[in-house]
Amino acid sequence: MCLGIPGRVEEVWEADGTRMATVDFSGIRKEVCLAYVPDVVVGDYTIIHVGFALTRLDEASALETLALFREAGLLDQELGTA
Amino acid sequence: MKYLDEFADPELARGLLDDIARTVTRPWSIMEVCGGQTHTIIRNGIDQLLPDDVTLIHGPGCPVCVTPLETIDRALAIAARPEVIFCTFGDMARVPGSNGDLLSVKAAGGDVRLVYSPLDAVHLARQFPEREVVFFAIGFETTAPANAMTVHMARRLELTNFSLLVSHVLVPPAMTAILEAPRRRVQGFLAAGHVCTVMGMAQYVPLVERYQVPIVVTGFEPLDVLEGIRRVLAQLEEGRAELENAYPRAVSFEGNPTARRVVDEVFEVCDRQWRGIGLIPRSGWRLAPAFAEFDAEQRFDVGSIVAEESPRCRSGEVLQGHITPPQCEAFGTECTPRSPLGAPMVSSEGACAAYYQFRRLNGPALASS
Repeated sequence: MCLGIPGRVEEVWEADGTRMATVDFSGIRKEVCLAYVPDVVVGDYTIIHVGFALTRLDEASALETLALFREAGLLDQELGTA
Repeated sequence: MKYLDEFADPELARGLLDDIARTVTRPWSIMEVCGGQTHTIIRNGIDQLLPDDVTLIHGPGCPVCVTPLETIDRALAIAARPEVIFCTFGDMARVPGSNGDLLSVKAAGGDVRLVYSPLDAVHLARQFPEREVVFFAIGFETTAPANAMTVHMARRLELTNFSLLVSHVLVPPAMTAILEAPRRRVQGFLAAGHVCTVMGMAQYVPLVERYQVPIVVTGFEPLDVLEGIRRVLAQLEEGRAELENAYPRAVSFEGNPTARRVVDEVFEVCDRQWRGIGLIPRSGWRLAPAFAEFDAEQRFDVGSIVAEESPRCRSGEVLQGHITPPQCEAFGTECTPRSPLGAPMVSSEGACAAYYQFRRLNGPALASS
């Protein structure tokens, strides 16, 4: 239910005054509502939940988090515990 | 897929696990609040990869599981009416009420539709103006913006044949109830990341301060969950109790103000019964008086239905983290996903379903670790 899935915005349009988009989920395309993410544009990744985009995924934060994970592993190697 | 594969990298997982093993010096119990995280943990065997000193307690964060039996019985009563098209998320369709489930109503001739999005229900209301379209609006804060949007749209489109059966629940009051419980074992929390995409993080500040408990906002991929656990453990070992964000790519401190504004307008806070747990004060949302015309309970006069639970289902203890699913006598025998006694065996976020799907062949010794 709270499962939110990342997807890439492929196309944006308006329907009945609401911003809508086609979003690609690893090859599966779905129509989603962009009413809650006014800044999202084509090419952005968002978290989609029950047909609504809830947040724009921040690439810089994602890369930072991954770098942090790598550091945790490297630290262990240096300490000889890995 | 970007943002998925790299957060399931086995080598990076090993690094995080090694770091956890190096950090932990004594026993700790951590609760993952959200059922989505429970599934990540059980599916990937994260609980078995952690040091023996670390116990994960599965939380009540499965909205289908905690929707009260009365509400399900009301849904069944509404769905059975000939003029109604009853729309629900697929998870909810097989949750047992006192007498059958939504699929059995459908089998008996009721018009029950499984929808992907609440917007599908609005489309049906436009398509069939002569029918009454009812949407079963359940969920945590994550789902509320989508459900709230439907009544906005219905009003704009002047739809008079659309209504919501609302049973929304809220995460922070449930965490408070867990922290106040006399048998409290939880020493730190993984907070549900997607709830925070909407609500932000501010509402956890008073919990951290009042109960001196570490809370780490956590995502749903395997590495996200490991990182959440690693950060809670680091706090516990160092004697700190702080609010941290381990899911910054999706969660900001302020959340999504646009979504919250619509939710605040459409819903108001109310006391709510949680199935298996009981009444938690101010733990739910119902339609605000300004939107009462969309309230299915009033439209179909089902408010007086009351119900009683099966005595053989121990889902209340599972939902509160007192037992793991295999410790229930009915698990995997009398209660299976094909014929569930309780909701946690049905939902894709239910702890019983997770253990049944990924762990039932391992035996109880491992499952209760």
